[in-house]
Amino acid sequence: MSAPLKPSALEPLPRSSGLAGFASDWASDQRAFKNVSWGKAMMWIFLLSDTFVFGCFLIAYMSARMSTTVPWPNPSEVFALEIGGVHVPLILIAIMTFVLISSSGTMAMAVNYGYRRDRRKTAALMLLTALFGATFVGMQAFEWSKLIAEGVRPWGNPWGAAQFGSTFFMITGFHGTHVTFGVIFLLIIARKVWRGDFDTERRGFFTSRKGHYEIVEITGLYWHFVDLVWVFIFAFFYLW
Amino acid sequence: MVDVRSGIGEAVPPAEVEDVELYHPHSWWTRYVFSQDAKIIAIQYSTTAIAIGMVALVLSWLIRLQLGFPGTFELIDAERYYQFITMHGMIMVIYLLTALFLGGFGNYLIPLMVGARDMVFPYANMLSYWIYLLAVLVLAASFFAPGGPTGAGWTLYPPQAILSNTPGGRDWGIILMLSSLIIFIIGFTMGGLNYVVTVLQGRARGMTLMRMPLTVWGIITATVMALLAFPALFVACVMMLFDRLLGTSFFMPAIAEMGEQLEYGGGSPILFQHLFWFFGHPEVYIVALPAFGIVSDLISTHARKNIFGYRMMVWAIVIIGALSFVVWAHHMYVSGMNPYFGFFFATTTLIIAVPTAIKVYNWVLTLWRGDIHLTLPMLFALAFIVTFVNGGLTGLFLGNVVVDVPLSDTMFVVAHFHMVMGVAPILVIFGAIYHWYPKVTGRMLNEALGQLHFWVTFLGAYAIFFPMHYLGLVGVPRRYHELGDASFVTDSVHSLNAFISVAALIVGAAQIVFLFNLVWSLRHGREAGGNPWRATTLEWQTPETPPPHGNWGKELPVVYRWAYDYSVPGAPEDFIPQNQPAPGRMSHEAAS
Repeated sequence: MSAPLKPSALEPLPRSSGLAGFASDWASDQRAFKNVSWGKAMMWIFLLSDTFVFGCFLIAYMSARMSTTVPWPNPSEVFALEIGGVHVPLILIAIMTFVLISSSGTMAMAVNYGYRRDRRKTAALMLLTALFGATFVGMQAFEWSKLIAEGVRPWGNPWGAAQFGSTFFMITGFHGTHVTFGVIFLLIIARKVWRGDFDTERRGFFTSRKGHYEIVEITGLYWHFVDLVWVFIFAFFYLW
Repeated sequence: MVDVRSGIGEAVPPAEVEDVELYHPHSWWTRYVFSQDAKIIAIQYSTTAIAIGMVALVLSWLIRLQLGFPGTFELIDAERYYQFITMHGMIMVIYLLTALFLGGFGNYLIPLMVGARDMVFPYANMLSYWIYLLAVLVLAASFFAPGGPTGAGWTLYPPQAILSNTPGGRDWGIILMLSSLIIFIIGFTMGGLNYVVTVLQGRARGMTLMRMPLTVWGIITATVMALLAFPALFVACVMMLFDRLLGTSFFMPAIAEMGEQLEYGGGSPILFQHLFWFFGHPEVYIVALPAFGIVSDLISTHARKNIFGYRMMVWAIVIIGALSFVVWAHHMYVSGMNPYFGFFFATTTLIIAVPTAIKVYNWVLTLWRGDIHLTLPMLFALAFIVTFVNGGLTGLFLGNVVVDVPLSDTMFVVAHFHMVMGVAPILVIFGAIYHWYPKVTGRMLNEALGQLHFWVTFLGAYAIFFPMHYLGLVGVPRRYHELGDASFVTDSVHSLNAFISVAALIVGAAQIVFLFNLVWSLRHGREAGGNPWRATTLEWQTPETPPPHGNWGKELPVVYRWAYDYSVPGAPEDFIPQNQPAPGRMSHEAAS
C-alpha cells in the first residue's frame, strides 16, 4: 500500500514548522499517519482497544484484592514447586515468563528476515515463536491442573479469598486464549511465507487480496502486545 | 473561519494511497447477501436495527398500556413488565441506536463522504454485520427461552440481575442477554476498526481532516469512543456470566435469598456499576455525537449557509468525547460510593455543558439569516435542537448531587434521558433518512406522509415526555409497574399517565406510516436525480445514483474545499461541491 505512485505536476506547498506543522501534517489529506499501512493502523487501534479490556480486568482484580476482608493467599507459596526436594517459589512462572519473552525475540528476528524476503528463515523463526507460545500455554495448563488438584476453584480455594481463584482463572485464561490465537495466526502466516504467497502475490482465500510480508510484522505487533500484557499480569498476580 | 477555506487554490498534494483493489462479487449471494460492499452492509445493518427496533416499539406500547391503565391487561403482570422495560431499553440503546448510527450511517456515509471506494477491510466489515445479526438473534431468542428474557433493568445491576426473584435471573434470560452483548461487542469491534482506519488512512486527495463534513467527525469520534468504552462492558458481562454460571463472586456479596444463605460472598456490586457506567456514559455520546454531526450537515445544507464555527464544532465534538470518559459516576450518586467522588463527577459533568452549548449556539447561528428551506430533514433538525436543549437543561438538574439525590429513580430521570438520548437522536435519524434516502434508492420519500410523520412524532414526543417531568417532581418512582394509592399519587398523576399512554400509542402508529413510506417510495417515489438537495459533500457528487460498487467509477474524486461552501458571494450557484476546483485551476488538474 506504500508503493511509489505517479508524481503530481505540482509539488505540495511547504508546510509550517513546529506544533502547527505537526497539526497540519497530521490533519493533511489522505493519511494521518504517513507511511503506516492500513493493516498496521488497524492492528494498533485494535491493541489500544484490547488494552482497555485487559486494563478493566486487572483493575477489577486489584479492587477485589484490596477490598477483600478475608486474607489473600500468598502467591509465593501458592505458585511454588518442589523440585528434587527443594522448595522453589515462583519457579514455573519464571520459566514461563522467560519462554514468552524469548518468543518476542524470535518474532522480531522473523520480522527482520521477512522484510529481507528470506522465506525459509522467516518461516522457521515464526514456527519457533509458535512453539514457544505453545510451550507457554502448555505450562499454563500444567499450572492450572496443579492448582485445581490442590483444590483451587473459581468459586473458592483452601487458603482464603474466593476471588483469588476467580480472578486467576479468568485473567490468565483470557491471556492464554490470546496466546493460543497468536499461535494459530503464526502457523497460518508461517505456512503462507513458506509457500511463497507473498512473493507470488497469491490472493487470500477469504479476502481475495494480495498478501505482503508486512503481515509478519502485524502478527508480530500482536505477539509483542500479548507479551507485554503478560508482564503486567506477572507483576500484579505473582509479585504483589 | 476564513482560514479553513484558505485551502482553495492551493496545490493538491500527489496521491499517497494507491487505488484499492476491490473484491468483485460473482454471484447474487456475494453481491447482495454476503456482500463486502459497505453500502450493502449499511442497508443490512439498518434494516436489522429497524426490525429489532420495532420490537422495542411494541414493548414500549405494552409498558405504557400497563402504566396508563394498570390492571386492565391481564397479559402484563409485574414480571412481564420488568422484562418489557429491560428489553425495550437495551434494544433501543445498543441494538438500534448504536447499530444504526455507526453500522448503518457509518458504513454508508464514511466511504462516500471521505471519497474512498469502500471501507479499508471489506471482509472484516462483512463479518461485523453477520456477528451483529447473531447478537440480535441471541437477544431475540431470550423471548422464547424458558423463563423469558431478563427483567433486571437495562443496567443489569447485580446482585438482583442473577437472583431468582428477578425474571430470567436463574433462567436463560440473563445468560442470553450477557452473551448477546459480548457477541455484539466482538462484531462491533470489527466494524469500528474499519471506520476509524478508513477515516484516518483512506481519504481522497485534498480531503484533509479539517475539510471533512461534521457527519464524519461525529461518527468517527463516536467510533473511537465505542472502541474504548465497550471493553468495560465486555469485562463486566464476562464477569457477571461467570458469577451466574460458575458461581464466582465478582459482583456478589454474601447474600440470603428466601431465608437461605447463598454460596456467594465477598464480591462488590459497586464494581459492576463502575464498569457498567464507564461504558454507559460514553455510550450516551456514542449515540449523540453522530447525531450532532449529522444535524450540523442537515442544517447547513437546508439553510443554504456554511456551518457557523466549523473548527469550534469539530473541537467541541472531540472534547465532548474525551470528557465523557470522566463523568461516569454521576449515574451513581445514590450508590453509596465515597461522597467526595460526587464532587469531582458533578464538576466534570457540568463542564460538558460548555462544549455542548457551543454546539447549540453554532447551530442557531447557522440558521441566523439563513435561506431556510423547511424540508423534512430541516424540520427534523429543528425539532432536534429544541428537544436536545430541553433534555440538556434537565441534565444540569441531575448532574448536581444535591438536586439529583431526591430526583434519582423518579420519572424525571426517565423524562430526561428519553428527551436527550432517545427522542433527540431518533429525530436526527429520521431527518437523516429523509435526507439520504434519495442517494440510497434514487427516489424521494413521499412529502405528505413525511409531514404527517413529522408532526405526529414531534408533538407526540412532547406529549409523552413533558408530563413525565412533572410526575417525577411529584415523586412518582420509575420502574414501578403499579403505583397503588400512596398519598403522594394524586389524581393528576393517574390522568396524566393515561394521557401519556394514549400519546405513546399514537406516536408509535405514526412510525408505521414512516415504514410504509420507506417501502412505498422505493417504487413510487419521485425520481431524485444525483443531487436533489444541491449539497456540497462528496456523496452527492457520485457519477451514478445510487452509487455502484466502488462508488466513483474510474477516477477517485479530488477535494478542493471544505464541505460548507453554500451561498458563496459571486459564485454562479448557491453551492460549490467539494470536488470543484477553484476557477482557473480546472485545466491544470484535469491534466494531472
